[in-house]
Amino acid sequence: MSADTSTTVGPGPDSRNPENEAVGVQAAVAPGLGAAPIVAAPVSGAQSDAVQFDPTLVGTTATKAERGGSRVPWRFIGGRVLFYAFTAFAAISINFFIPRMMKGDAVQAYMAQSRGLLQPSAEKALRIQFGLDNSTSLWQQYWHYWGMLLHGDLGISISSGMAPVSEVIGAALPWTLSLVGIATIISFVVGTIVGAVVGWRRGGRLDFLVPVTTFLGTVPYFWLGLIFIAVFASLLGWFPAGHAYELGVTPGFNLDFISEVISHAALPALTIVIASVGGWVLGMRNMMLTVLDEDYITVAQAKGMPDRRVLWRYAARNAVLPQIQSFALALGFIVGGTLVMEMVFSYPGIGLLLLNATNAKDYALMQGIFLVLVLAVLVANILADIAYAILDPRVRETEA
Amino acid sequence: MTTLEFKNVTKIYNVRGFGQIKALDEVSFTLRSHQTIGLVGQSGSGKSTIAKILTQLETPTRGEVLLDGAPIPRGGKGLRKYRQQLRMVFQDPFASLNPYHSIRHHIERPLRLDKVVPRDQLDDEVRRLLLRVRLEPDAVMERRPHELSGGQRQRVAIARALASRPSLLVADEPVSMLDVSIRLGVLNLLADLQREEGLGVLYITHDLATARHFSDEIMVLNQGKVVERGTADDVILHPHDPYTQELRAASPDPEEFFRDRSARTLGGVR
Amino acid sequence: MTDPLLSIRDFSVVYDVDPPVAAVKNVTIDIERGEIVGLAGESGSGKTTLAYGIQRLLKPPAVITSGDVVFHDADGEDIDINSLGVEEMRRFRWDKISMVFQGAMNALNPVTTIGAQLDDVFLIHRPEMNRTERRAAVVDLLEIVKVGGARIRSYPHELSGGMRQRVMIAMALALRPQLMVMDEPTTALDVLVQREILKQISQLRHEFGFSVIFITHDLPLLLEISDRIAIMREGAIVELATSEQIWSDPEHEYTRSLLSSFPRLTGEKGVVVR
Repeated sequence: MSADTSTTVGPGPDSRNPENEAVGVQAAVAPGLGAAPIVAAPVSGAQSDAVQFDPTLVGTTATKAERGGSRVPWRFIGGRVLFYAFTAFAAISINFFIPRMMKGDAVQAYMAQSRGLLQPSAEKALRIQFGLDNSTSLWQQYWHYWGMLLHGDLGISISSGMAPVSEVIGAALPWTLSLVGIATIISFVVGTIVGAVVGWRRGGRLDFLVPVTTFLGTVPYFWLGLIFIAVFASLLGWFPAGHAYELGVTPGFNLDFISEVISHAALPALTIVIASVGGWVLGMRNMMLTVLDEDYITVAQAKGMPDRRVLWRYAARNAVLPQIQSFALALGFIVGGTLVMEMVFSYPGIGLLLLNATNAKDYALMQGIFLVLVLAVLVANILADIAYAILDPRVRETEA
Repeated sequence: MTTLEFKNVTKIYNVRGFGQIKALDEVSFTLRSHQTIGLVGQSGSGKSTIAKILTQLETPTRGEVLLDGAPIPRGGKGLRKYRQQLRMVFQDPFASLNPYHSIRHHIERPLRLDKVVPRDQLDDEVRRLLLRVRLEPDAVMERRPHELSGGQRQRVAIARALASRPSLLVADEPVSMLDVSIRLGVLNLLADLQREEGLGVLYITHDLATARHFSDEIMVLNQGKVVERGTADDVILHPHDPYTQELRAASPDPEEFFRDRSARTLGGVR
Repeated sequence: MTDPLLSIRDFSVVYDVDPPVAAVKNVTIDIERGEIVGLAGESGSGKTTLAYGIQRLLKPPAVITSGDVVFHDADGEDIDINSLGVEEMRRFRWDKISMVFQGAMNALNPVTTIGAQLDDVFLIHRPEMNRTERRAAVVDLLEIVKVGGARIRSYPHELSGGMRQRVMIAMALALRPQLMVMDEPTTALDVLVQREILKQISQLRHEFGFSVIFITHDLPLLLEISDRIAIMREGAIVELATSEQIWSDPEHEYTRSLLSSFPRLTGEKGVVVR
């Protein structure tokens, strides 16, 4: 595009408007501009040349250049990376400042907890260990905090026998991630597929699923979990009632242990799936109803596409886009949102850990868990962004 | 006598990724009371930018917009006076009327704001305005916009525009969303009001045929520039600018079409 | 000239709401092979409902209450569209009668490339074609409508309105149908682009010989491009005649009033009272 922009004339502000045709005419008639990006067309002469061409022969309505070469949307990716880097920075900083703004701190809490078993002189040592040294400035503490963080050091957990926080979280995180993560994915996939079919056959017999799943969605987790325990564990004895595996079983990568884990995870996973699938069904169904009214669905049918193809390739493919954003949110909440479920099933995940940390006023551990939560939400959103960009070509260009 | 003057107005937009775009390029014209100017252009020509500048949604990058020789004030009483003098009628009568308010409310509002008539005469004035746009006051006053047809809604929008007794009216594609059989009715109404109230009307449209019949003068806008201007018949019947000629050739014109056809052999090439 | 391609007899559509609305009332019309029939009317006149009804594309609550639609295939076979089974109907669509829709923006699936959407047509209707043949056919179509085969991987939002409408025409042309139904194909476009598209349609019609049902409210436009015009009002055809007759000697009162709603571009003034 010309550097001297004042000599170029473009279409109006609404040049990206699909109906903007006059522009295209100009761009195409001006020699050599056929392959240039839409806007600029030399003013002088372009209009008077216009009449001499038969527009039908030139192919006048181009507003966009040929996409040549790379289809990787670098601009888009770069923009998102910057955005997430900043968000992560902000979240981590907030995570640093909030405990320091609260009344009392971890050390005081610990001293109080020890009920005089610790000498007051120990406080200073503890402070240094916790990174809460009063004698250093907040700024220095902040730098110290970042330094520790980058070395994977999140401090020590007073409620877990002074074990490093990273280890404590590391022990709990896989349980939560695998159980809740897999359950959420199952729920999303099943709910979306069912929702697509229900939406496609609106007014059909499958509509009964809508109130049923909505009802299940309103049932609180803990209540559903308790009922499952009562029925499937206590009454029928099909599944164990809690924990990730029986005490006494040695964890290891063998069939016995894995089947043990799966049978323990079954009830909590089922609880999550049953309680959350309704939302996916409803969301997908409603989106399907909107999409089914779009012209391209009628076109697909007029084109003689088989129903199955219209349903999945045309309707569901578009209707799933908003679902993906909700899915990202749901993934973010995996780590924290299942606290109740982990309590009911005594499942050794992050939720239970957070509860214990809160009860014990274990600030370092709480801080560590919050950090994990924030990072989980960010990672989930990045994944959703990528999925969205793959599935919706429009996003790649409009939101850089 | 009120005059609105566009003096060498240029509007440049900075569009990310595209650089600068000149939406308007040194556009000048004068709109006076008792006169209708047709502003003809296709999408992207800059005609909507002119409407946006007039409604103060945009400010010119260069050049001036003068009302009776004075620049448009940025706020306060002066701005209110400007808005009272120049009113708009938009394309979409659905979008420009609030669905929660009655027709009476829509027309009373400008009457109250501009204190056009004393409070006790509000009702009479609303009725007068509705009659003015040929609506039956008792039938429509208490209704809401969605209870009216498209043509009726556009008439309400016109009545509302007239409420503050403006001297200039900007009609931005006032009939393009209406059904064909009522378009002419609304246009004729506008023409009558223009004549009887001595309004100056800026009629913004993409349609050459209505522009010709409805305007005294026509300006053709292409890529932000006025490429041709003159009396309505001159511009449409004897266009000089290539772009205007192209527009005219592209617009359906059965009259000329059948004249040419009978001149050639019947059943000629289509 | 009686070589009918499509015979519509006593066709009626009712919107089964409360109270029921008769959208199309006992329409009878023959479409000749190779002609352009214009369907003119205002919104709610039933012109679009009729066009969709022919292809049995109406969705509930619209119900076809009476009528026959017979398609006289080029190979001599008469196909009674209403008696086709679901699968037969699916195969009939687009192969014999294709459509160009209003508002090209929404008529194309926004999340797949135009190439894939054209390819779909061949994939379903011409299963014997392999990938290479289909691709060649798609490129060929894009060249015919002057979009250019290089745009095969473009997404709809990357094209202008006129370009998208050309893609729609390419799609409609894909299986070389004998009839194209065009529903307001140029309404959202600027006049210059509209003219290009119309030129292209008439060029293609000369080349491939299909008939066209052209639906629009824009009577002046219709007069220029149609052989015959059917004026619709409240679900019924009130007048059916050649465009010359409609222009010079309209019989029905409504036709006259519709004609007079359009100010003449170059004709004498007087329609608008000034």
